[in-house]
Amino acid sequence: MSAQPLANEDFGARLSWDRGASGRRAVDVPTWRGDETPLPDSRLLRNSLSLPELSQGELARYYTSLSRRNYGIDSGAYPLGSCTMKYNPKLNELIASLPGFAEAHPQAGAEDAQGTLRTLFELRQGLAELTGLPAVSLAPAAGAQGELAGVLMISAALDARGDGAPRRRVLVPDSAHGTNPATAAMAGYTVTQIPTAADGSLDRRTIERELDETVAAVMVTVPNTLGLWERGIEQVAKRIHEAGAYLYADGANLNAIVGRVRYGDLGFDVAHLNLHKSFSTPHGGGGPGAGPVCCSEELAPYLPTPVLEEDEYGDVRLVAPEHSIGRLQQFHGNVGVLLRAYAYMRSLGLDGLRAVSGQAVLNANYLRCLLHGHYDLPYDRPVLHEVVFSGSRQRRQHGVRTYDIAKRLIDHGVHPPTVYFPLIVEEALMIEPTETEPPETIEALADALIAIAEEAAVDPDALRGAPWSAPIGRLDETTAARRPLLRWQAPAQAAADQ
Amino acid sequence: MSYETPEHLLYTTDHEWLQRDDERPDEVTIGITDFAQEQVGDVVYLELPAAGSALTAGEPFGEIESAKTVAELFAPIGGELIAVNAELEERPELVNESPYDDGWIVRVRMSRPAELDGLLNVHAYRELIVEDER
Amino acid sequence: MTTPSRSGSPHPYIPATEADRELMLARVGVADLESLFADLPAAWRDPEIDLPAALTEPELIALLTQRAAANVQPSTPSFLGAGAYRRSVPSIVSYLTSRSEFATAYTPYQPEISQGTLQSGFEYQSVVCELTGMDVSNTGLYDVGSATAEACLLAARVTKRRAVALLEPIHPHTADVVRTYARGAELRVDQIDSPVAMHEAHACLVVQQPDYLGAIVDLEPLAEAAHAQGALLVAVADPFALGLLRPPGDAGADIVTGEGRDLAGSPAYGGPSLGLFAARSQFLRQMPGRIVGRTHELRSPADGVDPRTGYVLTLQAREQFIRRERATSNVSTAQSLVALAFTIAVQALGPQGLRESAELCYQRAHDAARRIAALPGYEAPDRGPWFQEFLVRGPMPAPQLAFQLALRGIAAGLDVSSRAEPEARDALLFAVTEATPDAHIDDLVRALSDIGDRA
Repeated sequence: MSAQPLANEDFGARLSWDRGASGRRAVDVPTWRGDETPLPDSRLLRNSLSLPELSQGELARYYTSLSRRNYGIDSGAYPLGSCTMKYNPKLNELIASLPGFAEAHPQAGAEDAQGTLRTLFELRQGLAELTGLPAVSLAPAAGAQGELAGVLMISAALDARGDGAPRRRVLVPDSAHGTNPATAAMAGYTVTQIPTAADGSLDRRTIERELDETVAAVMVTVPNTLGLWERGIEQVAKRIHEAGAYLYADGANLNAIVGRVRYGDLGFDVAHLNLHKSFSTPHGGGGPGAGPVCCSEELAPYLPTPVLEEDEYGDVRLVAPEHSIGRLQQFHGNVGVLLRAYAYMRSLGLDGLRAVSGQAVLNANYLRCLLHGHYDLPYDRPVLHEVVFSGSRQRRQHGVRTYDIAKRLIDHGVHPPTVYFPLIVEEALMIEPTETEPPETIEALADALIAIAEEAAVDPDALRGAPWSAPIGRLDETTAARRPLLRWQAPAQAAADQ
Repeated sequence: MSYETPEHLLYTTDHEWLQRDDERPDEVTIGITDFAQEQVGDVVYLELPAAGSALTAGEPFGEIESAKTVAELFAPIGGELIAVNAELEERPELVNESPYDDGWIVRVRMSRPAELDGLLNVHAYRELIVEDER
Repeated sequence: MTTPSRSGSPHPYIPATEADRELMLARVGVADLESLFADLPAAWRDPEIDLPAALTEPELIALLTQRAAANVQPSTPSFLGAGAYRRSVPSIVSYLTSRSEFATAYTPYQPEISQGTLQSGFEYQSVVCELTGMDVSNTGLYDVGSATAEACLLAARVTKRRAVALLEPIHPHTADVVRTYARGAELRVDQIDSPVAMHEAHACLVVQQPDYLGAIVDLEPLAEAAHAQGALLVAVADPFALGLLRPPGDAGADIVTGEGRDLAGSPAYGGPSLGLFAARSQFLRQMPGRIVGRTHELRSPADGVDPRTGYVLTLQAREQFIRRERATSNVSTAQSLVALAFTIAVQALGPQGLRESAELCYQRAHDAARRIAALPGYEAPDRGPWFQEFLVRGPMPAPQLAFQLALRGIAAGLDVSSRAEPEARDALLFAVTEATPDAHIDDLVRALSDIGDRA
């Protein structure tokens, strides 16, 4: 076993700038021995550069220490609802790092990148099959960018039929991810919130009332963020189309239904997927992800640039759709992530992907049953990939909040679930085990949550002060926001600012 | 939980308070109530318009942020904003610590002082927060 | 069929065995997996889906190794740049970023067990501020294109203006991304040749540094011109070049964006990329994306231990999950792991290494340009001081010259011959960096000479 940093060392107080010594370096740079070209005029040049000076070993130790103050899916269970934190297969890392893929230049002609393009084309075909939406652009870098693409495509299609000016509203459920209303606003729309009915589905009467000639689109997450199937969505889709609007699918929860039901068949016009969720690509502590956008033939001409096409010689080309909304990024998207997702899709095949959704749903229901009675369950019915409990009983009876329950889970060696989301559930605990956890882990998670519920009654302070065993205790987020310190400063400067 | 609700103030259903100025009958000072500051949590920042801006009754005129939430401030009456509490820039926590005094937010010169008639007196406001508590 | 034909554990990524499943189904109280999907509409259940057959690990490695080999190989001399450059990335970078505690973490919602991601994010913000001369940085956006588009949206918000000006020559794809984002915000996008064309409807002037055709730009007069119109200056700067060039903040820029992918690792056909986004502190609360702040533990002094320093996501009230339709941007997942790689690369190079590396790039590129311009029939049109990219005009039209080089196994610089700038007429845009092998430059000079002789 390696030595731990001293328990009371204030590790975070010393950044890389505060380590090492002037003159040390971690890598060397070749010396230029050819003819010297004079540098440009000094007014165009930098005259100082303050960066840390560490030897290679010091740098390796610093970032290794940092990594040990982090928790990933390889560290343990990570049941973060809505985030589908499944195991990230290592094979996919190997594939993305193959030099022919990794070193491909984005300006290379298509003929020089057929290996990458063929692979992306097959991924694109697979996503079209799995969503039932025949046209795809792999360009969006993440789910939110896929959403923006989808809503801009709807906007362009409405403009093309001369209906863009009056249709200025997008309907979004109150249980939606924050990205949905933020995206609608970014695309120039005002947002109307649709409440959730008692059964956890969209309130149909409100939709009926709101659907008129001012509505451009309805954005729906299927299954929804309560982990429940959106009952009657296929009839809602019909009504939306009759009203001249489009239906958008937030595909963040595809893991629940992959291989079993398809957005296109249900009447959705456009959907984005999160390959860093459903397709197992590592999340990297906040990206990179990939958020392909899939759509109907009707919306295909508006897809973002580029899309992939096979030409008459069987070569794959990057092309701009006829009425494309344009580029979302300088190049072709997060290709390295897309290659990983392709490897995942091929590792599983259709039967494997159906086994994924089957096991993901069974695991969530297993957890629901194990925890039943220990926490409130506002929507008490079988769920799909995730289950949303509420800590409101614990708050009412013992004065501990879901926040405290989450922090106490850290002491049990588990990453806490998503908390306080969806917003419609008080003191929400949103748990998504995913299919890659064995039953033992789910049982241990349930045992930990039950132990915490019991502890809340006898020793609530054990929760309120948690975590006790993490590399650092609870942090003062209020002071962080009131007096933002956002970069390293030389000690003299920092002192002057205090 | 009991909240402070001074008798001499007027209140709104958005949990703001108004204090009339005895010397200048068309001016009011506005802040948020003890109940509101508790709901918002530790205030970290206020986004406020510059003095001289026009306020419309019922319309949002600023925002109040905690680390995890943001709430809009609604103008209870119309008029011209004549002063902003500059202390809050450095010490937003005054809204929590002293909501009715050092934590005042803006001063407004009303265009229609009659709009004050639509506001709540302290008794009506106390009933409102008892209901909100349930 | 809902489960694979194999018995026991169906797949290496799905641990539950058939026996596990039966016990779990019994506990849940349903007969089979299918019953759990009873809410799904029967008419659309279990459609025909055409996916290629599953492959085992060795089969997949064989297939994709073959695919990777179908791309042009890294050993092929290539002089393509135009937004992506081959860099000497320190080997320690990928070693450290592949640690799974970094790579397999989610966005750091639980700071107590995410100090690795958070403290690294603070290191990243510090590096970006230092390189750009800005006060504040976020933890990174998708890429330079979307970061520049977000800069334009910010400028429009704070100036309450409805148009932006992009100064040519700017990367055409960057301009394209700005136009895409401008659709929703209903901003007009003007591509202008001179700052003189700016007027008071413009929220910002966007300038690329070095510009699209390689020239180093004097940003100071452009900042003055923008500010004279009440507009912001947005500099789209190559962070590697900033090891040598004046920080845009010193020259008056208000927002700096850039592409961090090349320093972080391999080009990977364009992505994962990394959009740098830094600004003056007055725009802090208008910034898109995640921001890390430094703070301390909440524990009270009564515990007998001083509160330790830690890092949290901060100023989150700007973000979509709190402010929803009034957020500064819809961005959620960005490019955190690429930002970590970028940080480690810059810190490994350090102050001397980054400067030396940028100067080496400059010297090698200029030497190559000199050798080419000395060949009969070739010239390198002069556009003033430049960094790593130069125009080459040869004895035949640009597309033909590129084709002749391709026949000789060399990827020429990008064909920019259809652009409006007179220097670009008939020209290819070559990139030579500190990482371009000497042998590749020799091959290029020999090939150009040979092509010239036969023309």
